[in-house]
Amino acid sequence: MANRGPAVIEARGLAKRYGATEAVAGIDISVARGATAALLGGNGAGKTTTLAMLLGLVVPSAGSIRVLGEDMLRHRYRVLHRMNFSSPYTDLPHRLTVRQNLIVYGRLYGTKDLARRIDRLAADLQLGHVIDREVGKLSSGLRTRVAIAKSLINEPELLLLDEPTASLDPDTADWVRTYLEQYRASHGATILFASHNMGEVERLASDVMMMRQGRIVDRGTPAELLARYGRASLEDVFLEIARERPDEAAQ
Amino acid sequence: MSRFSPARVNAMLLRYVYLLTASWPRTLDLIYWPLVQMILWGFTSRFLMSNSSYVARAGGVLLGAVLLWDVLVRSQLGVSVSFLEELWSRNLGQLFISPLRPYEWVLSLIAMSVVRVAIGVVPAVLLAIPLYHYSLFALGLPLIAFFTLLVAMGWGIGLVLGALLLRHGLGAESLAWAAVFVLAPVSAVYYPVASLPHWLQYVAWSLPSAHVFEGMRTVMFEQRFAWDHFVAAGALDLVYLGIGAAAFLYAFGLARRRGSLMAQGE
Repeated sequence: MANRGPAVIEARGLAKRYGATEAVAGIDISVARGATAALLGGNGAGKTTTLAMLLGLVVPSAGSIRVLGEDMLRHRYRVLHRMNFSSPYTDLPHRLTVRQNLIVYGRLYGTKDLARRIDRLAADLQLGHVIDREVGKLSSGLRTRVAIAKSLINEPELLLLDEPTASLDPDTADWVRTYLEQYRASHGATILFASHNMGEVERLASDVMMMRQGRIVDRGTPAELLARYGRASLEDVFLEIARERPDEAAQ
Repeated sequence: MSRFSPARVNAMLLRYVYLLTASWPRTLDLIYWPLVQMILWGFTSRFLMSNSSYVARAGGVLLGAVLLWDVLVRSQLGVSVSFLEELWSRNLGQLFISPLRPYEWVLSLIAMSVVRVAIGVVPAVLLAIPLYHYSLFALGLPLIAFFTLLVAMGWGIGLVLGALLLRHGLGAESLAWAAVFVLAPVSAVYYPVASLPHWLQYVAWSLPSAHVFEGMRTVMFEQRFAWDHFVAAGALDLVYLGIGAAAFLYAFGLARRRGSLMAQGE
């Protein structure tokens, strides 16, 4: 794995068990500052659970997590204002307008000069024309942009994204990826995202962690993975890894 | 960042105010039932005043009870409905990856409950004055005590229901709407606790609301403030709030262990 600086995320032996189901089975994660890392895996591979544990939203069954130098299991409130998250599986209040949502979340994160920050995000993400419309009345593409605006309201040093371009048309998805790349470069931010979109992973990620059945089964840069498996695309690598699954039903 | 942030509590309060002010039917819904109750019981009281010695001894005893009962109901619903808003909008995950602490959220729910009580009950109280020449304000300073005690009880119940919602999701929604009404018969809202079966009186005396309504009747019938009921209701409120807060925080911790905060919704 490329290592360009001190680790922003450092998880050791991270595990989550729900009754008899092992959602995440003792994984190690290290993401360097300024990197864009991807958790790549099929449905039920444990990507979302892993992100939720890194965010402090789910308590691990075992393991340790340090994010931005803090122990997330004991002191997550010391760093939550320095990170943010976006997912198509958690909504923003539909009956609030875009501006109202950004005001509420900006205040929750203690964003300085909030009005200017909202104006800036609205301009950058081309939300100016819908800023006073209710989120629930927007198209899925616009809603995704609003979710990204919310996730950037505090100018996070660490951005966690769960399938950031799910349900977007190719043009909007490409636009979102470009914007995220620009944000990372301009802010020196670190991004960890979960996806099963190979093109997205190849385009954005410098480090890829391949997950299957709650385990990280391989990792490396996209080029390293392609070379290791002798494949032409990450999709082929993914299929080779994904099809070595003895017990998909367990997922 | 400081441990407690009034700014985050205000942010959540603002979120609920935005929601309330965005839809006039929501505001109307808050006012509707207290008004209907007040009108129904107002006319009932007017009839009974000329046909019942109990009501005739203190005009407005039923109407006062109706209005104060609505304070309790609106207070509990104020907490529960704001809570439900987050489940309906699948927003819990977003909230709790932010620096918002659970107790800051609880404080915002409580503050919003006061707003909802004011919007719901005050119009009915004011309208009773021209309609029936009855003013709840005639209770004087004890009204502040009754109001505070009932609102606090509503918070305690609302927090317990919030814990159930965290545990069971929207499957427990109907409880949030209906649970408080189970307490009406044993709260002695419209009749003295002494009229309940003996064994049920023990249940009644374990409710702050029963002490409040007994206290209200003492003011109306005997023109004195019943300190014993006031102290008992206040102490019980502290117990209810303690149980509510503990249940809520326990359910929140459980939701984090079960991984259900991100998945809350339908």
